[in-house]
Amino acid sequence: MNPALTATAAATAREALDAGRVRADFPCFARWRAAGDTLVYLDNAATTQKPQAVLDAVTEVYAGGAGNIHRGVHRLSQRATEAYEGARETVRCFLGADSADDIVFVRGATEGINLVARSFLAPRLTAGDEVVVSRMEHHANIVPWQMVCEERGARLRVIPMGPEGDLDLDALEDLLGDRTRLVAVTQVSNALGTVNPIGEIVTACRRRGVPILVDGAQAVVHGPVDVATLGCDFYVFSGHKVYGPSGVGALYARREHLESMPPYQGGGDMIRSVSFEHTDFAPPPQRFEAGTPNIEGAVGLAAALDYLSGLGLERVAAHEAGVLDHAVRRLSTLPGVHLVGTPKERAGVVSFVLDGVHPHDVGTILDARGVAVRAGHHCAQPVMDFFGLPATTRASFAVYSTVEEADALVDAVAEVQEIFA
Amino acid sequence: MSDLRELYQEVILDHNKRPRNFEELPDAERRATGHNPLCGDRVEVFLDLEGDRVRRVTFQGAGCAISQASASLMTEAVEGKTLAEAEALFESFHDLLTDGPTAGARDLGKLEAFAGVKDYPMRVKCATLAWHTLREALRSGAGAATASTE
Repeated sequence: MNPALTATAAATAREALDAGRVRADFPCFARWRAAGDTLVYLDNAATTQKPQAVLDAVTEVYAGGAGNIHRGVHRLSQRATEAYEGARETVRCFLGADSADDIVFVRGATEGINLVARSFLAPRLTAGDEVVVSRMEHHANIVPWQMVCEERGARLRVIPMGPEGDLDLDALEDLLGDRTRLVAVTQVSNALGTVNPIGEIVTACRRRGVPILVDGAQAVVHGPVDVATLGCDFYVFSGHKVYGPSGVGALYARREHLESMPPYQGGGDMIRSVSFEHTDFAPPPQRFEAGTPNIEGAVGLAAALDYLSGLGLERVAAHEAGVLDHAVRRLSTLPGVHLVGTPKERAGVVSFVLDGVHPHDVGTILDARGVAVRAGHHCAQPVMDFFGLPATTRASFAVYSTVEEADALVDAVAEVQEIFA
Repeated sequence: MSDLRELYQEVILDHNKRPRNFEELPDAERRATGHNPLCGDRVEVFLDLEGDRVRRVTFQGAGCAISQASASLMTEAVEGKTLAEAEALFESFHDLLTDGPTAGARDLGKLEAFAGVKDYPMRVKCATLAWHTLREALRSGAGAATASTE
């Protein structure tokens, strides 16, 4: 790489993010403020707010004239196709994949995982085989594998987790065996905020020749991802958790896997030719995109990724780490507050419980003070079981989060304790 | 936004901290388990009858202050009631929480503390879980039953 360019990039990364300007890019905050209401939105691990650039991109898909993709010679169809395939190229670039053909648009991370479970894993899985997930997975990265394992008589095995909320990588080495057909691990835990040493995990799998899927649903929004460097076989993420629309996401897969995989669903747009006797399927990625896709979703997602790239992922990560560290530090000094998970590396999320107060009561009182958090099991019941808790309160931060908002959270938590004193 | 003290009234906080009739009745004639799959709250209700009257009702469980206090106050409210009276009380209580047709028509005593819940629609199921479970126990006849808010 050109050393001058690298130096420029580093200088940009050092320049702090202008949080006020970023916040102004997200119209919901101004709207709530105008209505005289406070919106301290700390449920970003559930879904993120959308910048104006995304709203405009989605509107433009229709305002400029709707067309369907990959068919018709008229200008509207051509326009839609270019926008949709352009979005695929944006995702490719964002993930650092070699080719846009390695990117499949899906409804979200969940569908990406289901697609891999059905089209990649199921045909390769026989009785006695094993699939490995981790103790900290979201249900979306457990249930699809469990369903396929049950059908095939295969066994789902689990990488254990320590009390701090870090995975036991020595145990992973022991779990990888001759019968392991796939490993599926999250890059960042949605319940604890743990950043897994995903490079190490991928290396361990590749050394044993075991394919690995990385769930990036909580990761892509918090820092740069490069699937080529990472070396994973599959990578999935959801648009709505990275400032894009809901109902769209992407699956990255190695070319040789996509070539070998049968279709996920049948229909239009995924075929080369059809007769009543036989259908020739289209090559990837079209083979996995039956029917008219979520065109405006893909375009909106691309606008979100462009927006985030424009801010600079390194700068975004540095800003968020500052806010998160502040929240973690202040929460951990409050008596009667216990952090759930104290991992070596953390991104975006802090989970906690209060002595004598149920998380749902915390959630209701915080909401009354304008602070939106998640109270519940976070679709990660095995994590809750591990800590012996029915639920936690989770605050999760994004690029528009501020230190003042972290303070508002902590002050509201202190008020909860007063009410329940 | 209504005042939080409307929701978290002293009587609710008190019954959350010191739930009444919080014990298992090992030889209960009837029992039912309730579960709110949305939030994971669980409650088990134990019931002894004398004819068609509730002689003793107890509960065990874990959940938010609203669900725990509601279960506790319910056990006090239905003791000595006939099955029909208990069912009618649930209807009135439900209407209180949802501003239903009979809301305000009848003084529900300590149960009135839950009136604030109607401003928090997401929490109505917390307040009714124990009551749904009681109703399952009442209707199930001898043995065990399950209730769910979903």
